[in-house]
Parts: sequence; structure tokens; C-alpha cells
Amino acid sequence: MDWLEKGDGDMKLNDDEGLATYSSIEQEGVEHNVMKKFKDFEELMDIQPEIFLTRDRHIDYLLKGLNMLSKSYECLDASRPWLCYWIVHSLNLLEEEIPEVMKSRICKFLGKCQHPKGGFGGGPGQIAHLAPTYAAVNCLCSLQTEEAYNTINRNTLLEFLWRMRQADGSFTMHDDGETDTRSIYCAVSAASLTGLLNEDLELFNNSVQWLVRCQTYEGGMGGCPGAEAHGGYTFCGYAALVILDHYKLVDTDRMLRWVTNKQMKMEGGFQGRTNKLVDACYSFWQGGLLPLIHNTLEQEGGVEGEVAEAQETWLYDQMALQHYVLHCCQCSFGGLIDKPGKSRDYYHTCYALSGLSSSQHCPNNHAIHVGPKTNVLVAVHPAYNLTYDSVQKAMHHFVNLPLPSQ
Amino acid sequence: MSSSSDEDESYKMYKDRPEWNDVKSVPQDDGPAPVVQIAYSEKFKDVFDYFRAVMAMNEKSERALELTGSAIELNPANYTVWHYRREVLKALKKDIAVEMKFLSQIIMEQQKNYQVWHHRRALVEWSQDFSEELDFTADIISRDQKNYHAWQHRQWVIQEFEQWDGELDFIDKLLEQDVRNNSAWNERYFVIEHTTGFTDEVVKREIEYAIKKINLATKNESAWSYLRGVLQDKGLTWSKSLCDQIHSWRGEGLRSPHLAAFLLDMFDEDLEKKKCDVNKTMDKVRSLCKELAEDTDTVRRKYWNFVLQRMTKEYEVK
Repeated sequence: MDWLEKGDGDMKLNDDEGLATYSSIEQEGVEHNVMKKFKDFEELMDIQPEIFLTRDRHIDYLLKGLNMLSKSYECLDASRPWLCYWIVHSLNLLEEEIPEVMKSRICKFLGKCQHPKGGFGGGPGQIAHLAPTYAAVNCLCSLQTEEAYNTINRNTLLEFLWRMRQADGSFTMHDDGETDTRSIYCAVSAASLTGLLNEDLELFNNSVQWLVRCQTYEGGMGGCPGAEAHGGYTFCGYAALVILDHYKLVDTDRMLRWVTNKQMKMEGGFQGRTNKLVDACYSFWQGGLLPLIHNTLEQEGGVEGEVAEAQETWLYDQMALQHYVLHCCQCSFGGLIDKPGKSRDYYHTCYALSGLSSSQHCPNNHAIHVGPKTNVLVAVHPAYNLTYDSVQKAMHHFVNLPLPSQ
Repeated sequence: MSSSSDEDESYKMYKDRPEWNDVKSVPQDDGPAPVVQIAYSEKFKDVFDYFRAVMAMNEKSERALELTGSAIELNPANYTVWHYRREVLKALKKDIAVEMKFLSQIIMEQQKNYQVWHHRRALVEWSQDFSEELDFTADIISRDQKNYHAWQHRQWVIQEFEQWDGELDFIDKLLEQDVRNNSAWNERYFVIEHTTGFTDEVVKREIEYAIKKINLATKNESAWSYLRGVLQDKGLTWSKSLCDQIHSWRGEGLRSPHLAAFLLDMFDEDLEKKKCDVNKTMDKVRSLCKELAEDTDTVRRKYWNFVLQRMTKEYEVK
């Protein structure tokens, strides 16, 4: 078991140096549970020498949710386009073909979530919000059908985006809503995929400057200037800068140091913030940042020539991440979880799988995988978290359409 | 039996309330063949059917306000309900203090929810009354020391109403309880950046502060990261006494990977400024990267090899 053997075994466990605090006590609790998962597997290695991605169980869980969700999902009643995206994208990663009838049902439902004044709400009749707008656009692009593309009203979408834009380049999430790093990313991603970005750059005037101010002394980005560096916000902020082609404005070295330090030495998964606990969703938010940074380094000439280490792989321990997701985050009934002891949900299923995919596909298109080759998922585009196919087809579809008049 | 089931028995559906019989409820229009259907409880359906009706009529009344309260109780993440509630509050010119009390209770149960914190900020913006905000966020932080929303709200209040006094003491207490609380370290940087700024004197003081905290837990990334942060503009080798401290920790055999990484970046700075013998320093760089990659920080092996390759290319090959 390489993740237990390499290096000095003791160095991998948390060392509180005789000063136990809330953070170190919690951390040790998680390490105990994770270690148990690794050891349980080790004991059964004679019977089952390889760890499997239990595809069929995950697919069953996803298809079930696409139809019907229990009462416990009432708390996500204002996030239903998200549920569609998490499920459809996960099925794409697992190469599970969605029947045409179901695709059409999803399009019609998302159409019901679209607001007459533009953008998508969290459910039918709800006001438009940038997060479900991002999710709906991503889901429709994942479906890759004409009906899906035609569901999006680009005229009103552009009006909605303009309405959310603030003078300083930030965006509010909805009318009289909050402003943060996520909102710019959601707006940039949706505009870019639907062909609203190229000739309408004024929409994001000053947004780049606003985002750059969110990078903290640690190197990651926060939800707004001054806030603590956080994996989710760093991904959103940096991916938006990548899409807008202004990624060189952040301190890449500082960000690289921060994000590589967010990988947990014993668990192999990522934490969202310094001294916080591992969570499988950061397999994507943090792990997915590394392909984006890799591209920046390549542009800067930092990964060419002698710097071979960064040429063939991403600059983190991809195998350790895969061990974490496969051993610790698969629910035996299907679906994936945050960490051992937590229950499954569609959010963690989507981001654990997306992170797993990102860790499996290296630059130059070769794959590295823990377990059998059948564990390899479809590759994700790191800036949109869609399959490459979905991005290319959407862009191809929308690029030829005329821009809405204002 | 739990109190919630007792509550359920006495609970009256909106459709059975005489004061609502003039309103025709509006069911959710999910379309003919919906997906991601939630198996709503009868209560949930009832409340939201009436909420949709009220919103469609644009009714801004006491009963509409109460209805939004019921809807929020069932799903505090429904931003449409909060948005409408704010419109009703404005239209009825309601007492913000009463609303604040209602909200505080909900936040206590829903500490990690965007909508409740956004509502709080909106109320403070209206009333310009921030008198409870520092105590309230301190209370939430005492229960959940790294609550992102609470910290973000606190930063906004402090900055908006210039309440900087006492914040460093507040942070000190938190770091005494848990020196690994990174949110508190981030707050420290935020306060200094917006008050004194990182003058020579302040940087010297902060270096001392960080050194003391590192001595308590040498593998605490938060303190090391903060130390780098305060030296962001001056450079890691700016303070002679810090350089001495780093070397002395190494001399004592301290095995923290953050110490090795810091020393490595000090060498990087020396090399860049051409303040050292390239060959000798690169030997030390190689040995530090090897130590990190193969021994003390193996999960970041690729990163340390990358750092070494980049430095070799930068300083040795030319």
C-alpha cells in the first residue's frame, strides 16, 4: 500500500506537538476514520486486490434522484437546476447515456425555471439567481441537444447579466442579493458558453480587478476582498480569470504554494482552507485548480525544458487523491460522500467524481489511475467542469448565432 | 415524544385558516413530466402554494409577512422568500429591531446559509444600527470558530462602520484558545492592513508575534503563512533577527516542513539578489528540496521537485 509505506509513517499523521487544540483534535478524529478505511482494505487485499469505482451503484443512485428525491431534499428546493447539473454531469463522467425522452424532460423542466426577465431561478416561479443560472446552462450544455441549447433565452439572459452587474465590476447573485466571487464566475461561465462573451466584454469591465483583490496573503482567494482564502472561491475566481484571459494578474506562485499545501498528507484529499478538514468536494475545487495553474505556468514558460516534473502530470499527488476518493468516499449503496461517517448527496457525488476525473487525466492526454482501468472517468474541462465534448459542442452551437441586440 | 410532533398536532394548514380563505393557492408549475421532483410534505406544499399566491398578487401585508416566516422556517435557503420578505418589511415600514430578533434566532439554527447573513447585512444597511453586530458575530464564532459567513459579516461591519478598536484583542483570545484557527490569523492581517498598515515597526512586532506562536506549534501552517504574509512586500530576508531565528530553529533540529520551505525561499531570495555563492547555496537548496520531497513532506513531492528544477534552471544553468 504505497500511501502507507512511502515516507516515514509517523510523519503522515497529525502531530499536535503536545498542544492539543480544537483544530488538531478534530483533525486526529478524521485521520483515525480514514486510516481505518485504508487498513480495512489492506486486510482484504488477498480477496479483493484492487479498489473499484462502483459505477453501477453510483449510476443507480443518480438516475433515481433524477426522477424523485425524498423530503430531506426540501432544503434544496431553491437549487433544483443544481440537482439537474450535478446528476447529468456525473452521468456524463460515468459515460451513462441518458435516454432522449429524459433529456427532453430535463430541458422542459429547466425551461420552467427560466425567468421571463432572464436567467434561471432555483425552481419554477422563483426569481432568477446567478448560481442556478450557471447550473442550468451547464446542465443544458451537458445534454448536448438542440432542444437543450434552444431552451436558453440568450436575449433575456444577457439582460439579466447586465442587471446583476455592479459599477465596480462585481455581480449580485439576484435582485437585491449578495455579491461575491461566485457570482462573477457564474456570470462569466454562462456568458462564455452561450457565446455572449466575445463581443460584449464591457459586461465584465473591472470584474478582473475586483477578483484580483480577492487573493489573500496566503495565495488563495476569498469570497470578497479581505476574506479568508477558500477552495471554492479560489476556483471560482481563478477560473473566471482564465476564461476572461486575465489569469496573469494573480500571483501564481503564491497560489500554487497555497493550493498544493491544501492536500492532506495522510488522507490524500484536499481541505478547503488552512487547518480545516478534508472534504471530497475539494477534490475538484482545489484539485481542479492545478490543471488551470499548469496552463498558466506553461504560458509563462515555467514548465518547459528542464522542468519535466510539471510536464507530464499535475503538481500534486494525484494517486493519493484517488485513493482518498475511492477508499473513503464511496457510499456502499451508491453515491459519494464528504468523508467517512457522512451521508451521501448529489453535490458530493458530482464534485468527488469531477475531482477524480481531473486527477486521472494528465496533460498530453494520458491517464493514471488507482485500481483497474475501468475506474477511469471521462475527462473534465477544468474551467467549466463539463466534459470537453459538452464545452466544444456548446461553443460551436452558440458561436454562429447572432448576438442579442441591446 | 418530541416537541415538534406536538407542534404538528396544533399546526393549522394555511388552506384551513379562515383568514386566508379569500386567497386561491397557486400550486408549483413543474410542467407535465418534471425531473428532480422533491417529495414535499403536505405542510411544505401548503405554505409555498400560498406564498406563490401572495407573490402573484404582490400583497404586502401582515399576513404575507407571517407567511414568509413560515416559508423561511421550512426552507431558509429560499432566496425568493427572503427577497419578498424584505419588500414586505419596507412596504409596511416594520421595526427593524423586531426583525433582527427573529433573524438572530434563525441564524443560530442556520449558521451556514448565505441568505440569512445577506438579510442581516441588508437590515444593518437600512437601520445603520450595528450595535449588536460585533457581539452577535463573536457569539457565533465562539460556537463555530471558522464560520465563514460570520467572519465575512464581521469584516464588513468593522470596515463599514470603522470599528477597528479591540479587534486585535479579540483575535488574541481566539488564538490563545486555538493557535491553528486560520480565520483568526486572516482577521489579524485584515485589521493591520486597514489600520496601521505594514510599516517597519508593525512588521517587526508581527514577526515577534508569529515567532512566539510558531514556538507553541512549529507545524502550524497558519502561523507560517501569516509570517510570509507580513513580509510579502519586504521580502523574507528583510529582518536579520528572523533570519537568525530560522537558522537557529534548523540548528535545533526542528523538522517542520514549513520551516524548511521558508528557508528554501530565503535562499531563493538571496540567489535572486545575487547575495550569495550560487554553487554553495544551490547545494543547500537541493538538500532542502530532497528533505521535503522524500522525507518530511512527501505528499508534495512533485511540487518540491518542480521548485528545485525551476531554481536550477533559473540560477545554475545560465
